[in-house]
Amino acid sequence: MSAAPYTLPGRVVRFGEAVSLRIQLRGVVVGLILVAVVLALSVFAIGTGEFAIPPGTVVSTLLGGGDPGSAFIVRELRLPRVVCALLVGAALGVSGAVFQSLTRNPLGSPDIVGFPQGAAVGALIVITILSGSGAAITVGALAGGVLTAFSVYLLAFKRGGTSGFRIVLIGIAISYLLVSVIDYLLARARIEDAQEATRWLLGSLNGRTWEDVTPLAISLAVLVPLAIPAARALRALELGDDSAHALGLRVERSRLGLVALAVGLVSVTTVAVGPIGFIALTAPQIARRVARTAGLPLVSSALMGAALTLASDIAAQRLVPDRALPVGVMTGLFGGVYLAWLLTMEWRKGRG
Amino acid sequence: MSVSTAPDAMAQRARGGRFTRSAGLTISFALLAFAALLSLAVGARSIPLGDVVNALLHSGSSQEEAIIRDLRVPRTLLGIVVGAALGVAGALMQALTRNPLADPGLLGVNAGASAAVVIALSLGVAGAASSVWFAFIGAAVAAVAVYVIGTSGRGGATPVRLALAGTAISAALTALIYGIALADVKLLQQYNFWSVGALGGRGRTQLDAVVPFIAVGLLLAFALARSLNALALGDDSARALGAKVGRTRIGGAVAVTLLCGAATAAAGPMYFLGLTVPHAARALCGPDQRWILAYSAVLGGALMLVADVIGRVIVRPGEMPAGVMMAIVGTPLFIALVRRKRIAQL
Repeated sequence: MSAAPYTLPGRVVRFGEAVSLRIQLRGVVVGLILVAVVLALSVFAIGTGEFAIPPGTVVSTLLGGGDPGSAFIVRELRLPRVVCALLVGAALGVSGAVFQSLTRNPLGSPDIVGFPQGAAVGALIVITILSGSGAAITVGALAGGVLTAFSVYLLAFKRGGTSGFRIVLIGIAISYLLVSVIDYLLARARIEDAQEATRWLLGSLNGRTWEDVTPLAISLAVLVPLAIPAARALRALELGDDSAHALGLRVERSRLGLVALAVGLVSVTTVAVGPIGFIALTAPQIARRVARTAGLPLVSSALMGAALTLASDIAAQRLVPDRALPVGVMTGLFGGVYLAWLLTMEWRKGRG
Repeated sequence: MSVSTAPDAMAQRARGGRFTRSAGLTISFALLAFAALLSLAVGARSIPLGDVVNALLHSGSSQEEAIIRDLRVPRTLLGIVVGAALGVAGALMQALTRNPLADPGLLGVNAGASAAVVIALSLGVAGAASSVWFAFIGAAVAAVAVYVIGTSGRGGATPVRLALAGTAISAALTALIYGIALADVKLLQQYNFWSVGALGGRGRTQLDAVVPFIAVGLLLAFALARSLNALALGDDSARALGAKVGRTRIGGAVAVTLLCGAATAAAGPMYFLGLTVPHAARALCGPDQRWILAYSAVLGGALMLVADVIGRVIVRPGEMPAGVMMAIVGTPLFIALVRRKRIAQL
């Protein structure tokens, strides 16, 4: 940051008197590039596999043409999985951006406050002790995740609010406690249950059909429009509580709403595919670095999340021949390495 | 602490302190002995203490004596050895990094050892003896990685940095572990069984494989105790006092790797024991590392056995693994430490 007089970057487009829009060229270009990347990845994901389909055929089949055979493979087998990955990734990206803005901490993410581990314990209790399935697992996972995130915030809360690093440390402690419980539940479960549970725990996109995609898409269609006013509130909150208040924002109410939105988005993805780790942590940070904006842009975070999730799924499916690994293996590997890198970089700058 | 205390008064206090600390250590040993007796007596089949002592003193051939000799004695010895190793390793890590939150589990050492053991299992080369070597390599690599990430940049290692670095490394390694283990049902089962830190179902084989390493690690730790005392004053003061800072650090890292690697290979990953025990030791005996290490070893063994015994009775007829019991005990302590105001101070 320079001390020189600061003008807002970008150009202003006015529509009449009332509406004006500030457009940042770099942001738009980055957004378009990300869209192109997502589309290319999608075509690649749909086109490859045991039965390869050339990219041209994929596109024409998607647009409604193609022979019945490839139409079935593309539209019924591979497209749902890709759409699922994209939706989940986008939701996680937005959720992570909201979390990180709120906590003013690049580490703020559902992964850090123990949401995935809590969800896992909830689901495992349902699977192994109550021997429930389907909707019951989902309810258990949601209850576990929300309860855990809430407890971490509560335990980190002290007079004068929560500090970012106290949340992080207590989140880590609670996560380890839950990991012990998970290990115990897995070890006493039947091996079939344990294997199924482990796959679920890592978050897997295997075998998704339109029946899985539809509820996900509907929930996101409800939640994502809420992110538009949220973006405005976020930008005000980033200035600090006092300034936001002075700008006419109801600070506590907005914050509660934003937390609810972020948790809602994560919950929806957990229901659909299980807890996929680290996308919410990495996507907003990478998006911010690529778009070079000061804040965390929601749109590019969403696109980045979608691209990362799909790329991870592609890699997870093809890395080990004839063994489709769950996507969570790739995102965990990538996320852990990325977190380590983030830590060294931030500290080199003397922050943190 | 006042600087102007007369020398003989200081000597007196030291003598008085030494007496209390010796008494405390004796009581800790008594505690350990009591925990060991409990561990021999309590279980799926409870055996009266008198019969336990009898079975230990005379070699009989009744069923109860066989249970004690073949199952419970190895299990109890393993608990003592593993607990002592983890307690001392935790104390070493806390002293070396001057970090009250250091714990072999939290700093990624367990994950490193686990990943290496899983790789060994998947290659089909892991017996009880060779998995120890893999665990060492994994523990050492993870420890070094966490330390390098945690200390890079300005200002050296803070508790938060090290904990986060540990989380990052653990996350990547856990993903790797599952990536390997999911490919093979048998491997997954083996891993799930092993990954719960527990003493049940482990015994003489594991004990024999790791005891030499833990013995060397403990000796090394106690040899370093004096230098660790100097190190507590900061690197510069330690150097001024004649301590070899670099050599102490490296020796400490070797000892931690030996202790954690061996303990993890024998009993699976355990969290929070290495965190809890040194804090209890420090509260009992003050800041002298020689005493802290001794207390940590004895109390670590005792706590491990107590956790194991409670785990045996709490969910009868099943068993709650000692690792889960340790986490249930250790987490509140960790949170209390984090909530205290000046977390960076030891």
